[in-house]
Amino acid sequence: MNEHIQQRDKMAKEALLGIIERFYDQFENQKVPNIVMPTRTKANIEYNNDSEVWVYGDSTSTRSAKTVKGANQILKMSYVVELLIKEHLENNRGSTLRELYYISENWDIAKFNEQPESDRMIEDLEIISALQREYFHMRPEEDGATLFGSLKLKETTKRGERIIHCRDDVGEGGYQIPFNVENVEFLEHDAKFIIAIETGGMHARLIENGFDEDFSAIQVHLKGQPARSTRRMLKRLNEELNLPVVVFTDGDPWSYRIYASVAYGAIKSAHMSEFMATPAAQFIGVQPSDIVEYDLSTDKLTDQDIKALRSELTDPRFDSDYWKTQIQLQLDIGKKAEQQAFAGKGLDFVTQRYLPERLTEMGII
Amino acid sequence: MAQPIAEELAKKQRAISIAEFFEKNRQILGFDSAPRSLLTAVKEAVDNSLDACEEAEILPDIMVSIENAGGDNVALIAEDNGPGIVKEQIPKTFAKLLYGSRFHAIKQSRGQQGIGISAAVLYSQLTTGRPTKIISKIDRSKPAHYYELVINTSTNEPEILEDKEVDWDRPRGTRVEMEMTASYVKGRRQSVLEYMKSTAVVNPHARFTLVEPDGNTIVFDRAVDKIPEPAKEILPHPEGIELGTLIKMMRYTDRQKLAPFLRYSFSRIGLQTAEEICKTAHLDPESDPHDLQLEDAKKLIDVFKKVKISAPPTDCLSPITESLIYKGLEKEFSVDFIATISRTASVHSGHPFLVEAGIAYGGSLGKEDRVNILRFANRVPLLYQQGGCAITHAIEHIRWKNYSMNQPGGGLPTGPAVLVVHVASTHIPFTSESKDALADVPEIIDEVELALKDVGRKLKTFLSKQQHLSKRREKEEIIKKILPRIAEKVSQVLEKPTPDITPIVAKVMGNLLVQRSVSKNGDGYQVEINIRNYGDAAFTIKLHDTHQYPVRDAQPEPKTISMGRDTDHTWKLNLKAGDRETIKYHLPFVSEEEANALPGLILEGADEAMVNGAKAVRGYVDE
Repeated sequence: MNEHIQQRDKMAKEALLGIIERFYDQFENQKVPNIVMPTRTKANIEYNNDSEVWVYGDSTSTRSAKTVKGANQILKMSYVVELLIKEHLENNRGSTLRELYYISENWDIAKFNEQPESDRMIEDLEIISALQREYFHMRPEEDGATLFGSLKLKETTKRGERIIHCRDDVGEGGYQIPFNVENVEFLEHDAKFIIAIETGGMHARLIENGFDEDFSAIQVHLKGQPARSTRRMLKRLNEELNLPVVVFTDGDPWSYRIYASVAYGAIKSAHMSEFMATPAAQFIGVQPSDIVEYDLSTDKLTDQDIKALRSELTDPRFDSDYWKTQIQLQLDIGKKAEQQAFAGKGLDFVTQRYLPERLTEMGII
Repeated sequence: MAQPIAEELAKKQRAISIAEFFEKNRQILGFDSAPRSLLTAVKEAVDNSLDACEEAEILPDIMVSIENAGGDNVALIAEDNGPGIVKEQIPKTFAKLLYGSRFHAIKQSRGQQGIGISAAVLYSQLTTGRPTKIISKIDRSKPAHYYELVINTSTNEPEILEDKEVDWDRPRGTRVEMEMTASYVKGRRQSVLEYMKSTAVVNPHARFTLVEPDGNTIVFDRAVDKIPEPAKEILPHPEGIELGTLIKMMRYTDRQKLAPFLRYSFSRIGLQTAEEICKTAHLDPESDPHDLQLEDAKKLIDVFKKVKISAPPTDCLSPITESLIYKGLEKEFSVDFIATISRTASVHSGHPFLVEAGIAYGGSLGKEDRVNILRFANRVPLLYQQGGCAITHAIEHIRWKNYSMNQPGGGLPTGPAVLVVHVASTHIPFTSESKDALADVPEIIDEVELALKDVGRKLKTFLSKQQHLSKRREKEEIIKKILPRIAEKVSQVLEKPTPDITPIVAKVMGNLLVQRSVSKNGDGYQVEINIRNYGDAAFTIKLHDTHQYPVRDAQPEPKTISMGRDTDHTWKLNLKAGDRETIKYHLPFVSEEEANALPGLILEGADEAMVNGAKAVRGYVDE
């Protein structure tokens, strides 16, 4: 097995054993077993100005075996940790969150009552160990998104190492991002920037037009709200290859939130923000000002759209002159546009006119 | 004495027909709506039956049956196993307004309430034109009499339409049947069903049967078979007497002189008090009360308030008693807890009264609902005008949060509870003639509050005990089921021996923890015993360490009692909450094997459930 992966598994095992050792020591020292964690409520999530992502605040809560609830949580945690160590890490296996819930059915009083409870337990372990769940071989349910471009990488799979060029060795579907991005090692590339694209239609348009070759771009398909692995991949591409990231979405409030989760992190996974958020990511469009400038085909804003835009005006993630101007403009014109609206100007318009203009404006090419 | 007054009142009414009188006073008589008319008629019939049974010392068995009689009419049949009514009195009892023996008898009675069954007879006849049918029988060996009666509305005298002897298979009792424009309603407080249920709560010695119009039969069975003590009659107390009553008493008395009149017509007036009253009022004790004028009566009323007169006797009151309210609530509601109180009698403006209260809590009662309030005056349920009643006001004054109940907005409390308040008095101060609500008499409000606070405290004690028990149960679940599993699992994962969880059990349970350790020391072993109190209470205990080895250098020094081969070493210890005590001693010439096999420690003076690490025996340890 890959030395890098062995190293990672060892780290995960040590972190998990540490949790169990703490309980054992508490027994030995005649202390009621307990564990201190950041309070996981909305009230305890704050924007970290240094790392520019959402993280948990200072408030903590103690789970103690003094109460039935706390005792049950500690018991269940011990069972989950045993599974992660003895089944996952020592035997090099993995399971999904849903599978974990079913596995616990054999645990008598330690069994989970519903899947959200076991999902939360995994999140708890991420917080305590400061490691992502992928380190424990916990797999997500959904497929990862795809990547296309001039990037050569090495992926360590259960069946050996694979060296893949993400344009020459893959079909038009692109390279599938694995659930554990840490199993990927970047080998070489000749890219100048990363473009993350919301819709499959636009992703395919760019591939067909040869945008990646013409502009030395790596394309990442976000597939709507991006999965953890997709965000982690963007973060690593940005940091390790030192490449700028631009995000290309529809021109509506929901798409701005997709951008925000790429750039600043999501509230649900605030403990992982520092691993997964890419604060350097820039929004390329569709901007409300593009709707006016390029006279794009539009739809009217719905009441929900307007509500979402208004709430974004008070969201600290959009607290900049740029976003305030753009959102206000959109509210004024009352319109929204999809990425595909550029097709109305001809199939090459987006790759020959719009994107080059925007990329130049942003100083990327 | 009763009859002349009734006649006098009837005389006044003769000027107008009693039908007109009735029409004008329908509301205060309780016949203002179709549902209420039926309820009033049922109340009058049931009250009469209960009073009659009580006086005759018979366990009441009362049946009320309601039938649809076509159109807007219903038929009411009320039947009891009471003493029955002698033939001659049947017409007047049912078909003459304001006839009865209870007017101005100073004692607690239900009949002080309505105007009587005759009002129902009149209502029946005015709305349907039909007579009321009565059967009554006074003894097994006597025949039953059947009457059909109406009231002559111009003379207020009974008119007999039918009078015959009939066969009736009951040993004795009375049966009334009348038709009236009325309606039977369900699902609200002011209904026949709720009235019967409330009545059953405060009359657990009675059995009630209700047959609803659809044929459904509900039996409220009796919970006790002891008849309540009948209330005694007393003379009126001067403090509560009204001018009109005093004038009437003076006019109709047999006494010829004022002082004896005062002495024998009122309670709590003796020879000396009578003299003092006359002197203070500047009236001649020898004067004839029949000759005294309005001005003299006024003087007397004033003087009654000035001269010190003892409070009225209270044995004329008949409380339901704590145990019977308890049984009444127990049989009519399925609950977790009941508390009741019967307060000692007090006096409001010359009238003795007493307050009884009960609370039924939990069980099948709605947790989010307002509490259900059952108000009673002289054992009669009060169903209307709850918001305007002194009882309700007293409930609203109390801060129920102090008694573990919610009180959103400071009004009536909410929670799974029924509150019962019974006010018994020779004179119930109603807010109006309709007799639905008690007036805000401060003495009564105070007593109601005191009674409710008493049962509230009992409820609070019960609830905190319950809470304590459920906490204890929760903790037992932790120590018996969960903690051992955690210890087992963590040691499995780490492949280490399972840790001893005894100290943690003591901590979680708030118990006394006793731990003994031995370590090699010179040519023997050093023993250290640690006792720690993790609980909230202080303990005075005796620790027994019984074995055959000689003990040296003990700190502190134990008391020793020789027990044959062994010696019992005892230490008396006082441990406040959180305290720790350490006992050390040395065992010379003891092998490792012996040192590790010392017999278990025994702790005397604490409950077994409160101790970990030693055997606990109960025992009295003096301070």
